[in-house]
Amino acid sequence: MFKRLAEAGAPVAITVDGKAISARAGDTVAAALLVAGIDHCRTTPVTGAPRAPYCLMGVCFDCLVTVDGVGSRQGCLVPVREGMTIETQLGKREAGR
Amino acid sequence: MARSADVVVIGGGLHGCSTALHLALRGLRPILVEKDYAGRHASGVNAGGVRQLARHLAEIPLSIASMGLWEKIEELVGDDCGFESHGTVLVAENEEEMAGFRARVEDLRLKGFTHEELIDRAELKRLVPAVADHCPGGVVSRRDGAADPFRTTQAFRRRAIEKGAEVLEGVTVTGLARAGSVWRVETSIGPIEAPKLVNAAGAWADRIAAALGEPVAMDVIAPMLMVTSRLPAFIEPVVILRGRKLSFKQLDNGTVVIGGGHLAVPYRDENRTVIDWAKLAISARTVWELFPAMRAATIVRAWAGIEARMPDDIPVVGPSATSEGVFHQFGFSAHGFQLGPATGAVMAELVATGATNTPIDGLGIGRFKR
Amino acid sequence: MNASDLAPTYDLAVIGGGPAGLAAASLAARAGLSTVLFDENPGIGGQIYRGITSTPVTDRTILGEDYWAGAELAAEAKTSGALIVGGATVWSLDPQRIVGVSIGGKARLIEARRVIIATGAQERPFPVPGWTLPGVMTAGGAQTALKAQGLLPAGRTVIAGTGPLLWLLAAQILRAGGKIEAILDTTPRANWLRALPHLPDFVLSPYFAKGLKLLREVRAKAPVVRADRIEAVGTERLSEVRFGRGDGDRRIAADLLLLHQGIVPNVNLAIAAGVAHEWNERQLCFQPVLDPDFGSSVPGIAVAGDGAGIAGGTAAAERGRIAAIAAVCALKPQATVPDPQTVRQRLQREEMGRAFLDWLNRPAERFRQPEGDTLVCRCEEVTAQQVHDMAAMGCEGPNQMKAFLRCGMGPCQGRLCGLTVTELIAQQRDTTPAEVGYYRLRPPVKPITLAELASLPISEIERKAVER
Repeated sequence: MFKRLAEAGAPVAITVDGKAISARAGDTVAAALLVAGIDHCRTTPVTGAPRAPYCLMGVCFDCLVTVDGVGSRQGCLVPVREGMTIETQLGKREAGR
Repeated sequence: MARSADVVVIGGGLHGCSTALHLALRGLRPILVEKDYAGRHASGVNAGGVRQLARHLAEIPLSIASMGLWEKIEELVGDDCGFESHGTVLVAENEEEMAGFRARVEDLRLKGFTHEELIDRAELKRLVPAVADHCPGGVVSRRDGAADPFRTTQAFRRRAIEKGAEVLEGVTVTGLARAGSVWRVETSIGPIEAPKLVNAAGAWADRIAAALGEPVAMDVIAPMLMVTSRLPAFIEPVVILRGRKLSFKQLDNGTVVIGGGHLAVPYRDENRTVIDWAKLAISARTVWELFPAMRAATIVRAWAGIEARMPDDIPVVGPSATSEGVFHQFGFSAHGFQLGPATGAVMAELVATGATNTPIDGLGIGRFKR
Repeated sequence: MNASDLAPTYDLAVIGGGPAGLAAASLAARAGLSTVLFDENPGIGGQIYRGITSTPVTDRTILGEDYWAGAELAAEAKTSGALIVGGATVWSLDPQRIVGVSIGGKARLIEARRVIIATGAQERPFPVPGWTLPGVMTAGGAQTALKAQGLLPAGRTVIAGTGPLLWLLAAQILRAGGKIEAILDTTPRANWLRALPHLPDFVLSPYFAKGLKLLREVRAKAPVVRADRIEAVGTERLSEVRFGRGDGDRRIAADLLLLHQGIVPNVNLAIAAGVAHEWNERQLCFQPVLDPDFGSSVPGIAVAGDGAGIAGGTAAAERGRIAAIAAVCALKPQATVPDPQTVRQRLQREEMGRAFLDWLNRPAERFRQPEGDTLVCRCEEVTAQQVHDMAAMGCEGPNQMKAFLRCGMGPCQGRLCGLTVTELIAQQRDTTPAEVGYYRLRPPVKPITLAELASLPISEIERKAVER
């Protein structure tokens, strides 16, 4: 869906649902997911429909993911960090993640 | 020309709507006057607890009568109001509290009330598996539950209208006067005349009482609530604490409502409240300690409904001490939702017959006279 | 920067680090006010100058000179002495100007003697069938990815909608070597009738020449098709876009559909703070009621930038300066500030072509008032039909609608359904959006975790408790 115009920024190793992904410094979680070709980042709590980042400006809350164990983080506002663990959020996330 | 009715009910909260419905069921023609819309304030936005547990002795008969109506609420209003009965659990946080609870339950039993039941650590863990391990037990009222407050208020309003009540919303009362044998209620859309008057005006009830020459000291309060995003089901009963302010409940849509009586700053003339985050932080800490599983839950909204609190924390229910044909139903002091169905029935009974079989001694407005 | 490093009190808190916020903070700090600026994004620039200090897009022609104008604003703010805090989410502002903010998972309450809300704009909801499918995004989102991370749409890309940003994004994608399958132009032709009287002003404005050039640039490289129906189709993700005009029905295979029909003020924080708002019929949105200094109905709280009504980035900076001058004059009357008249004149010039652009790009009713199964509330998955039926049953306002259907009660707190719900109720009940009103919004305006809230320093809780 997206490609990088320039390979600027140092590589940052993250995992998404256990899979290793190379992001770049300056990426947000949502941007890293988009460029990695992830088809969705969560399913909705009401009907379980798949959702992917939509607005990338903190408004829509469709890029909610679990970051380092904390659920419902807005992926478009969280910068990637070396070793970060990202999980797709399924429906109502588990309490206490 | 003035509109006329058998009764004017002032206030379209759950109590006013319930009274209007029960009056209509008795064949009377009530007009209900509401300055905003039914359920705009505390009735529509409270925590929805349907609780007999931990009530003041003076309200227990009303509360028990109301429980009976809640259990057949669909029959009464044609909507289940989202009512579900999974009990209310009062959690003891230490042995000292536990001893106090034991004495209370014993005292109630001697007075003939059996709805509160002492539970030990094992039963507490069975009812509320997510509760922190330091809690030694508590009290349960198994028939208690919770309902959707706005839906409930709307259901009472709708059924009242179906049964012949007239509900005027967006209409303000501007004056009250005796005109011969009737009360003349001046409103923003003209006068209404009726021999009987019910003051169910919630946070504005003191103004109605004062206009009737029966001033009463009443606080305007706005208990705060906050709600989380949807979580998987993990707790069924409503949980309350005694020592610290907390009420805690998961709705069937998965969201968790956290309340307990910390207060926002109310501006009743502007229909507005200002949330006090410093106090909600205290609630957050309490939840943090009591339900470790909730620590990463997200809070999506906080709000507060404006209502009345009496100096002794129990409501005013019954006839005026000074004015003929006037009845008061206000001051429910942050725990009036469960009482709504039966209090409306009792008010209608009082208005229609002059008396009621439900003991309401101790709730009269006269108790505030020197 | 940690939450615990914040002072308990500032002269001025600026919320939002776009052009309005940067200009305001910079001016106020230089005049000697202790100034803090919070922005929830990691870097400053807001949406228009997103990534201005860090963008990997080094070829200046791609994003264009209007973008790079933001660099100066950012540099000025950075050297102004204002404390600029990125990654800081403001979740509450009350009428006493107590600001609730979270930084790195820790919350604080700070007080400000003056507040300038500069939370800017968001894209107007564009509720077409399938708009929630993965593969459908906003044009602004794609532009953000381009500016901040240098991401370029790679698959078959379709852009649909109306408004200047749509054409700018198309040009930027093309300049960067991207490919666009089609641009579906949803601008209603009838808009010209209402726009035309404002053409003379527009011709004199800086937007005229730029706009024409942009249109020519895009049309030369991408097919432009008019459409008054758009549907995103796919099961797990977007596979094709169906569109048409009148009876015609066309389809085009697509990996990415970028939607845009203008921007509207981001009202959540201001409404939750108690700021009075009014309906703007020309821009079809709610905006705060403001005085000439951008002061709101709540004493000490101003709203500057596009949050005050859409006028564009350059105008936003001037508005920020005017609001900041007012704050300085109130708190430090002896301080030297720029001549407000000069700033107002510059603002007036910037706002000149607005009426024409607004009327011309006013989105069609059918794209604002969806029907049937089209989702209105993305969070709680409430359809247009449900809202329609509930309004027909007597539901008079968005707050009752919220209570019945839960629309607006999810994590986005009405940002992507508020205007649609208001318009649908107005349409069904044959009244105006002004009459129907908007959601009552409650803090936190951004969700916070229980842990964050519990992390408020005890001393702060006690201090506030004593003061109240």
